[in-house]
Amino acid sequence: MNAVVRPTAEAVAEPLRIALVGNPNCGKTALFNRLTGSRQKVANYAGVTVERKEGRYTAPSGRVIRVLDLPGAYSLQPKSPDEAVTRAVCLGELPGETQPEVLVCVVDATNLRLHLRFALEVKALGRPMVLVLNMMDAAAKRGVRIDRACLAAELGMPVVETVAVQRDGAHALVELIDQGRITPARGDVPADLHAETSRLLRVAVQVPPAVTRRDDAIDRVVLHPVIGPVLLTALLFLMFQAVFAWAAPLMDGIDAGIAQLGAWVGAQMPDGPLRSLLVEGVIAGAGSVLVFLPQILILFFFILVLEESGYLPRAAFLLDRAMVAAGLSGRSFIPLLSSFACAVPGIMATRSIQHPRDRLVTILVAPLMTCSARLPVYALLIGAFIPERTIAGLFNLQGLVLFALYVLGILSAVVVAWVMKRYKATGEEHPLMLELPAYRLPSLRDLSLGLMERAKIFLNRVGGIILTLTVLLWALSSFPAPPAGATQPAIDYSFAGMIGRGLELIFAPIGFNWQICIALVPGMAAREVAVSALATVYALSASADNAAEQLAPLISAQWGLPTALSLLVWFVYAPQCISTLAVIRRETNSLRTMWLSAGYLFALAYGAAFITFHVARAFA
Amino acid sequence: MGTMNLHELPVGAPARIVEVRHRGPQDAIGQRLGELGFVPGEAVRVVGLGPLGREPVAVQVGFTRFALRRSEAERVQVVVDPAEAG
Repeated sequence: MNAVVRPTAEAVAEPLRIALVGNPNCGKTALFNRLTGSRQKVANYAGVTVERKEGRYTAPSGRVIRVLDLPGAYSLQPKSPDEAVTRAVCLGELPGETQPEVLVCVVDATNLRLHLRFALEVKALGRPMVLVLNMMDAAAKRGVRIDRACLAAELGMPVVETVAVQRDGAHALVELIDQGRITPARGDVPADLHAETSRLLRVAVQVPPAVTRRDDAIDRVVLHPVIGPVLLTALLFLMFQAVFAWAAPLMDGIDAGIAQLGAWVGAQMPDGPLRSLLVEGVIAGAGSVLVFLPQILILFFFILVLEESGYLPRAAFLLDRAMVAAGLSGRSFIPLLSSFACAVPGIMATRSIQHPRDRLVTILVAPLMTCSARLPVYALLIGAFIPERTIAGLFNLQGLVLFALYVLGILSAVVVAWVMKRYKATGEEHPLMLELPAYRLPSLRDLSLGLMERAKIFLNRVGGIILTLTVLLWALSSFPAPPAGATQPAIDYSFAGMIGRGLELIFAPIGFNWQICIALVPGMAAREVAVSALATVYALSASADNAAEQLAPLISAQWGLPTALSLLVWFVYAPQCISTLAVIRRETNSLRTMWLSAGYLFALAYGAAFITFHVARAFA
Repeated sequence: MGTMNLHELPVGAPARIVEVRHRGPQDAIGQRLGELGFVPGEAVRVVGLGPLGREPVAVQVGFTRFALRRSEAERVQVVVDPAEAG
């Protein structure tokens, strides 16, 4: 049966545009993944920071179906930007967005009371519509019986069953859409949606008592006032252990690969500016970003597993009260957790915080979480200046200092959030109303698609910005070339060198010498670049694998301890990351917020480094 | 037994919603509670309390579980439902 099917006249027609609409946690995204596989495009809706996901598949008839995955909504009376977009798209009122021809309303078969109410709201729009009973496997397991024919008759629209997490689980939906002829639902929608939902459940659905027994048992442990927080702490500990321990071999591998590529390209080309640009600019620059991919993927793997399993909202539940006291919200937990890998995805994750003030405060404190790019800098300075000594017969002094730097970042975030809460108190109520979805086993397919999406976003956006800036900074530190017979390292004569000398005027009070100031300039692109920049300044080869090892004895001989401590504290606060500032600007759509964030971080960094430098000098 | 608000309901006690009190005519939170299934006549049960100050409250309503802050839970008036106990 391998005959080539010739496309019929219908098949070459315009693609059919359908949209998936439904409550949060109805399995809509799993169904979207099932339908479209990896043929997905993720972007933003024009003018708003709401994620727009579109994909496509080819129906058995050969017709191309374009699928839009609308943001989850509890109601078409919108309470958040997400819900407003969903409403506007369904009504065809969103500028720049064509109205979908068919609305595919997805409901979780185990959560019909909530989801059918929303389906009735969608029906009232009068658009061509299909109802999808998703997660039929889970419903069957719990003994939920749904009379599909009866429900279809009562609703006046086709009703199909799917199991989005199973291969071929969307078969019935694909067939139905392919047959075409989907029309607006018959019959009116009564005004009291809740009463109508109850009536539908009475006539078409049988639910055995005690369907929540399994979740009750898990929640007795997970939400327990004592065991719950202990379990959460243990999970976080495991996660950080994994991010730092498991990622190390992969990062070393990437590092070595980049170094080899650089050496190989370097050997193929004659010496000159072009080689320098390729090897020291493009390859080293891209490499300094790529090396963080394993940590970010491991962190997101944990976050995705916790999210898909239904645990993350419970973590937000446990932490909500404490975070409210600090001026945040339980919903801030997930973005701040991501910020330990990188503030960029962390700030993007603040989209799930509905209240604008809570979201803004979370965005502003996210850069204070110690991201993985600070680690190379911390490692260099701690290795060079903090003696390897055991404290109280148990703790390694170097490890303690590293831990203290993490804690300093977290405590500072708490203080900053608390101050902003005082300053921007509005007296209005900030809603939580967070759904704690049923527990479920995460599917491998959805996990890998989620990870791929994260990796793509990271490489495209951050990589693009960092690469551009690295090349720019390479140019600044390479031109103008040193005059003939120059005795100092080439960087001294470059624009970067001049900038460094100029900056020394500002930074001398906090103990920075001109070499550090030069390193801060390329360190703006990505914090870890400061290490290789220092190596360049001290006339070492920046592309050498062991730059940090050679550098440590040099700087420990030339700098005082107060300078080193001051620089460590500087890196806890300083807005030394253009990608973070760019993402703040994009997510808040406000240059003012970006400058506010950069300004307050700079002030904190300068103040804290000043105090550290002078206190340390007084004791030294 | 008299009515109480949802925040005062003991963990695990089966109850029924009597009323959802809106605060003012344009109470977005009150309206959303209705959309989430908090409507008179529905069965509710508290399944957990936050570790600090009994906040938030984890509530089962219909087939769904929600975390509500104290001020949200206080809008919902309930009566303990002995018919559902045991």
